[in-house]
Amino acid sequence: MTTITSATTGREWEYVIGLEVHCELATATKLFCACPNEFGAEPNTNVCPVCLGLPGSLPVLNRRAVELAMRLGRALHCTVEPSVFARKNYFYPDMPKDYQISQYDRPTNVDGWLELADGTRVGIERAHIEEDTGKSTHVGGGGRIHEAGYSLVDYNRAGVPLVEIVSRPDLRSPDQAKAYVSELRGVLLATGASDAKMEEGSLRVDANVSVRPVGETSFGTRCEIKNLNSLRSLGRAIEYEARRQIDLLESGERVVQETRHWDEEGGRTRSGRSKEEAEDYRYFQEPDLVPLVPDPAWIAAIDESMPLLPADRRARLAEVVGGPSAAATAIAIAVERGLDGLALQAIAAGGDPGRVLTHVEHDLAVDGAERLDPASLAALVQMEVDGQLTATQAKQVLAEMIETGSDPGAIALARGFEAMDTAELEVVVDELIAAHPGEWDEFVSGDDKRRGKLTGFFVGQVMKATKGKADGKVVTRLLEDRRAGSN
Amino acid sequence: MSAQELAAAIRAGERSARDVLDEHLATIEAREPQIHAFNLVLADEARAAAEAIDRRVAAGEDPGPLAGVPVALKDNLCTRGTPTTCSSRILEGWCPPYDATVVERLRAAGAVIVGKTNLDEFAMGSSTENSAFGPTRNPHDETRVPGGSSGGSAAAVAAGFVPVALGSDTGGSIRQPAALCGVVGVKPTYGLVSRYGLVAFASSLDQIGPLTTTVADAALVLEVIAGHDPRDSTSIPEPVPALSAVLDHGVEGLRIGVVSELLGQGVAADVVARVHAAADALARAGATVEPVSVPAVTYGLSAYYLIAPAEASSNLARYDGVRYGPRVDAATTGEMMTATRTRGFGAEVKRRIMLGTYALSAGYYDAYYGKALRVRTLIGRDFAAAYEHHDLLLSPTSPTTAFPLGDKTADPLSMYLSDVCTIPSNLAGHPAVSVPFGTGADGLPVGVQLLAPALHEATLLRAAAVLELAREEAS
Repeated sequence: MTTITSATTGREWEYVIGLEVHCELATATKLFCACPNEFGAEPNTNVCPVCLGLPGSLPVLNRRAVELAMRLGRALHCTVEPSVFARKNYFYPDMPKDYQISQYDRPTNVDGWLELADGTRVGIERAHIEEDTGKSTHVGGGGRIHEAGYSLVDYNRAGVPLVEIVSRPDLRSPDQAKAYVSELRGVLLATGASDAKMEEGSLRVDANVSVRPVGETSFGTRCEIKNLNSLRSLGRAIEYEARRQIDLLESGERVVQETRHWDEEGGRTRSGRSKEEAEDYRYFQEPDLVPLVPDPAWIAAIDESMPLLPADRRARLAEVVGGPSAAATAIAIAVERGLDGLALQAIAAGGDPGRVLTHVEHDLAVDGAERLDPASLAALVQMEVDGQLTATQAKQVLAEMIETGSDPGAIALARGFEAMDTAELEVVVDELIAAHPGEWDEFVSGDDKRRGKLTGFFVGQVMKATKGKADGKVVTRLLEDRRAGSN
Repeated sequence: MSAQELAAAIRAGERSARDVLDEHLATIEAREPQIHAFNLVLADEARAAAEAIDRRVAAGEDPGPLAGVPVALKDNLCTRGTPTTCSSRILEGWCPPYDATVVERLRAAGAVIVGKTNLDEFAMGSSTENSAFGPTRNPHDETRVPGGSSGGSAAAVAAGFVPVALGSDTGGSIRQPAALCGVVGVKPTYGLVSRYGLVAFASSLDQIGPLTTTVADAALVLEVIAGHDPRDSTSIPEPVPALSAVLDHGVEGLRIGVVSELLGQGVAADVVARVHAAADALARAGATVEPVSVPAVTYGLSAYYLIAPAEASSNLARYDGVRYGPRVDAATTGEMMTATRTRGFGAEVKRRIMLGTYALSAGYYDAYYGKALRVRTLIGRDFAAAYEHHDLLLSPTSPTTAFPLGDKTADPLSMYLSDVCTIPSNLAGHPAVSVPFGTGADGLPVGVQLLAPALHEATLLRAAAVLELAREEAS
């Protein structure tokens, strides 16, 4: 358990964190009209009477947005319920109707959970659908609205479909909060619900933070930190806010429930609005839309089309590696970086699981790693196993493999990491085939999986015989040539 | 001439649309200064449209069922490139970039749009005195109101400016002015006519409908503007009902209940007398007519004056000076919005925004808005019970005939009572019609109201046609 020890009193405090994650749904068009949902267009070009809220215009719900929200909900183990849209009334210049259409007391997805890589289950209270607002730019006066010379409003984003995922206050450390967002990001990407790009604002996080003395079971007063747009900010803001609250409580003061903003440069949170301006959103059912009652067959179809989620993919890789405990971190990283498929294939092609995962964890955090040929990775790993390459050499070869797409043998040769010429290698291969007739028969007649394993076996034997000088990929090719010849 | 007759003559090439239009424009020119039915007369555009109709007729094409019929639109219906003001200062200078669905359908049916009619600001009122551009006067007596909020549309039809006008009805805003001006007014089933392009007052109650001189014209116009619209999620995905074809089917065998609760206190004796006369006429035509009790309708007014302002407070939030209309500059955004809305909205609109904001606020939601929603459910239930034994219900439209200008402006509550008979059908989403049925002691028109279950417009208009015929035979 992560706790905070007070410097002044020595008292132990515990974090209680709940996150509200807003993410843009990856639809072609906006939530209530046919305007394109795209990032980076010229200001006010993707607008129409509906998303501008012009008098007389009416919203029409985007079916695809509902489908994506339901996909996400099911991936988060939520129940999909008949839902109702409501109006959230407040005035803001970049909000065309001066109310936001959102789901309030009857959201689409309720009561699910998300399992983090370390096995922790975080409760999901709800994941509801709502529209985004526009974007204001305040020109002059340091970008603050009240000091600005004038303000520009871009309504391209107004009406973009969002889903807001509200966790239960189950998170207990800044790192866990970050892990939750990473995991959620993985689920969003896997389901295709969102491109989840924090840097483009398509994924934004509000953190509800409170603290309590270790051992206490009731919750303290929380503050909401708005619009955290990077994992780093999220972690820092939570940590700062918790310490601020502890200082207040230890000096006998109260924590005031309020909205706070994170000041990245100052490294602190600031009060957003005063208590007397507390908002009353005057929610009521949106009369321009009818209740959303998804057909059970639709939900069933979504369940059937559900892809493997990060947790499933971790389990699958762990199974192949054999026991998750030792390699848990590497497996989590492989899945997070989307390299689990590569790792699985490389292992299937005979690559030593431990070494494959080591490379995934330490050497493949680069662009293009996912394009690496699994057989080449297996061959590289085999060269290491056979002692043909040192770990350092393997790293260098791997970097070049990603960059050039060449096979490891060729790279090792070019770099003078000694290798053999093909004619010499052919002799060795033929000798080994002759020495292992049973394995060879199986290699020739077996299925893909079996052949993968036996490729590893023969490559290994060749490496052994050549003291690691052979090029695994060439050996693999030779084996395939021989197999084709004997069929 | 009725719209039906005009369209028939124009389609047959017996009359030109241009001539028909010019006659109506001449009538407008002669009397509009006294009546002030219009916020805007579109003479040039109308002439171009009429000439286009004539060219199509000459070319042997059929320009549609409303070919060449001059039509006026309540000025809360969006017209592409033409000012749409809702009779409010806050929309001054705003031209919608699109036509309302009903406007598209009217144009497609050959109608010629003549102008935009005056209304109570944002359709809030029962006398058209709440217009920022001055009141409309009743063509039957210019010292009196035409009713509201579609007073401009009702007066335009009553004065012979146009044979057809569209209005909107949130709590009686088509039927009450129709009654006071002696014309036919229909509020269709909620969802039968698309609201796309109708500037919202109270979205769950608003419905667009026709004001005409005859029941047959109302049926014809309703056939043109009704039907599913994918741009309005509350639009009913049903085929357009056949109305004109069944109008002469009579009321033989229909069971009609006269709503006891709507003949009580506050309804003038001469109005009650006309309702009884209508009941007799329907009975003579073969209907079974008897009193019926619909207890919850007595709560309609209270529920309406919580629900409608609540929705209005939200619908009218967008008029904040940021995107369109006049802006009053101030130091901060909040102050700018407050100053803009203070100057832009009239007293009645402000009153309802405040009522609605209060009704929806956190501490009072359950006591007011929540309770009003429950009353609304109750009204639906009581109507359903009444319709188990009755095909139609009969009541007054307005408790009184047209009242003098200024008579009720100082007392909002007395003004609100004008809609006591019409509000229940808005809360239930049911159709209703007001048919002129003689005059009161003061010689001014009296309308009687027929109510029907949802989507029973055909039965409703059949009975209205019987009353229309009985009235003609009596006179």
